[in-house]
Amino acid sequence: MSLTRLLAVATKEVVQILRDTRSLIIVVVMPVTLMLLFGYGVSLDLKHLPVVVWNQDGSQQSQDLVKRFQSNQYFQITGVVDRYSKVTRALDSGNAKMGLVIPWNFSQRLSQGGPVGVQALIDGTDDNTANVLIGYTQAVVQSYSSQIQLDWLERHGQSIPPGAVNVQTRTWYNENLESSAFIIPGVLALVMSVIGAFLTSLTIAREWERGTMEQLISTPVTAMEIMIGKLTPYFVIGMFDVGICALIAIQWFKVPFRGSLLTLAVSSALFLIVVLSLGFFISVLAKNQFAASQIALITTFLPAFLLSGFLFSIDQMPVVLQWITRILPARYYVSVLKKIFLKGTPTVMLSADLVPLAAFTLLLAIVATRSFHKQLE
Amino acid sequence: MFGRLKQMLIKEFIQVLRDKRTRVILIVPPILQMLIFGYAATYEIRHVPTVVLDLDHSQESRDLISRFTSSPYFTVEQQLTDSRQIRDQIDSGDATVGLEIDAGFAEKLRSGQTAPLQVIVDATNSNTALIASSYVTQIALGFAQDAQQDRIDRIAPQLVTQMPSVVLDQRPWYNPNLSSRWFFVPGVIGTLTVVLVITLTAFAVVREREIGTLEQIMVTPIRPVEFILGKTLPAFLIGLLDVSLIAVVGTFWFQVPFRGHLSVLFTGAVLFLLCMLGVGLLISTISSTQQQAMVTAFFFIMPAIVFSGFGFPIATMPPWLQYCTYLSPLRYFLIVLRGTYLKGVGMDILWPQMAAMGGLGVGLLTIAILRFHKALD
Repeated sequence: MSLTRLLAVATKEVVQILRDTRSLIIVVVMPVTLMLLFGYGVSLDLKHLPVVVWNQDGSQQSQDLVKRFQSNQYFQITGVVDRYSKVTRALDSGNAKMGLVIPWNFSQRLSQGGPVGVQALIDGTDDNTANVLIGYTQAVVQSYSSQIQLDWLERHGQSIPPGAVNVQTRTWYNENLESSAFIIPGVLALVMSVIGAFLTSLTIAREWERGTMEQLISTPVTAMEIMIGKLTPYFVIGMFDVGICALIAIQWFKVPFRGSLLTLAVSSALFLIVVLSLGFFISVLAKNQFAASQIALITTFLPAFLLSGFLFSIDQMPVVLQWITRILPARYYVSVLKKIFLKGTPTVMLSADLVPLAAFTLLLAIVATRSFHKQLE
Repeated sequence: MFGRLKQMLIKEFIQVLRDKRTRVILIVPPILQMLIFGYAATYEIRHVPTVVLDLDHSQESRDLISRFTSSPYFTVEQQLTDSRQIRDQIDSGDATVGLEIDAGFAEKLRSGQTAPLQVIVDATNSNTALIASSYVTQIALGFAQDAQQDRIDRIAPQLVTQMPSVVLDQRPWYNPNLSSRWFFVPGVIGTLTVVLVITLTAFAVVREREIGTLEQIMVTPIRPVEFILGKTLPAFLIGLLDVSLIAVVGTFWFQVPFRGHLSVLFTGAVLFLLCMLGVGLLISTISSTQQQAMVTAFFFIMPAIVFSGFGFPIATMPPWLQYCTYLSPLRYFLIVLRGTYLKGVGMDILWPQMAAMGGLGVGLLTIAILRFHKALD
């Protein structure tokens, strides 16, 4: 291997990147865009859910119950309706997520004693929102019911002390339950998948498509030199982007960073080599830019988005899928990211993630080199 | 005109379908993505690993714990003896929820005081944490309610039957089992269409430009309108075919109900495809290489998906971002998809979405065609 030839290949690649202004913009703008997009756009912190109320009763007691919903930050009463069809329409059109129906004999039944039902018609389309909504609604109704019972007992000369369970929840690592703290560290993996696999596979597929790869091969440059020379500039760009992303995460979005910067750099470098090798491998296989871009999407971006634990918990997936995630480098990288950002896990305890990640790095680098060699023969 | 258009269409179809790889890419990845999405994308929470520290050892504390053991949401993995163990278990990620019942829990409850239940939740995944703590609260409230009932029963058994109470009758509409799959599968149809149709249209034009055949075509008697139609019609038809394919696979494989009218869904799909063709064409006018086209497409696709309400509720975004979501055609198509699939609503509800997509589609196509003419001059 000659350093001069390697440098020549790398220089050519750098010139090519620099000349293509759009690519250059992309490597700087894309990470920032993705960070802002996910930082601001992705939040699961539900509040002020729109509710329509159909209070058939209109009594003092039913008003009290409605007031409890009104003063609760999770609900926002957007309409008071007087017909069932209006509740249906509000839910059908998505203008309300819940219809609260208080029966006409609500106060009458309460004074007679025994249980009275209050109906909550919930838009279950989005199961997550519905679940959160049910939880909050139950809490409101139960606390109202307890109050009613205590008042009633008091009126009947029985003063029974309330006795309740006070749930004291402490949320660790992400004390304010910020979605951004949960999502943003994983965006780094997305950014690198795009830079690594997308950009490289396209660039190199283009060389194949235009036939310039054959020209390059016919020069004295060896396969190894071509590969390293072509990938090094992208590696540098990738590491630069990791820096930008980490900076935005910590400084702009105030995501806590509790681990070691060195571990962040090392694991990012490993993952970057994985995606770069993969991108190179894909381009050798596909040799056509459309095919390369689609394969890169399926093999890098999609796993990083769906199967890495970035957004959806791996332990909630079907067992078969959980096994599949074990062969995805993105899973280990995202796990490391979340641990060093939020948990501050010491590097020694990250070996369960770092060792497989390193193994994949080695494996993919070898596979990519081999396939390229074979192609040349 | 029709003769030339026909020739152009034949050429386009041959070009797309000639290559076996491209043929495979049009069919396999969309189906694969549908399956992975269907299985992986879930916000549901089941069997959250839970550890319990019971320092009270009373009837009451055991009763409370058994409510967690029998709940489908929690899997009580271990009963601990020391509060340090909770920290270890949660730090290592072996447990997500830790419950601690202090000594004196039953004592306080019996005497009508408020008995604390300490809950520690790993909030690395803020959504899991939020929903898990809402389930904890529900279980604890139910327990407290029953405990109160028991006490009243002991003190004044004659009153229990007459005592009023309010019970919540919750009815999740459209998705009664609150399945994440029902929420995501219709959405995936829209998301995959975005990726496929935009890249297909953009690549079809840019490839000709990149290889230099665009000039050749332009010197033939073919007119720009015919050229544009010749490029967009195949993408439109392939897009429509792919939508149907993904829809059929998703619907039958995951058993998602389809409650509306196919005609409504197809009207929506056609309008949506118009928007996507417009975007694809627009991208092709501002890109000279396939790589640029791909990356520009990516810049459109990511925000379009994040702002669509596909996986992240629009209501939780900052207000200024909520206005941006009106620009994403996918936002409207998702409402149509979920409306026809789960809600079974028709044009009377969905016309605003249809109108918005129609408007956006015509607007985008007009801009694209104007720009295209300019690019040719």
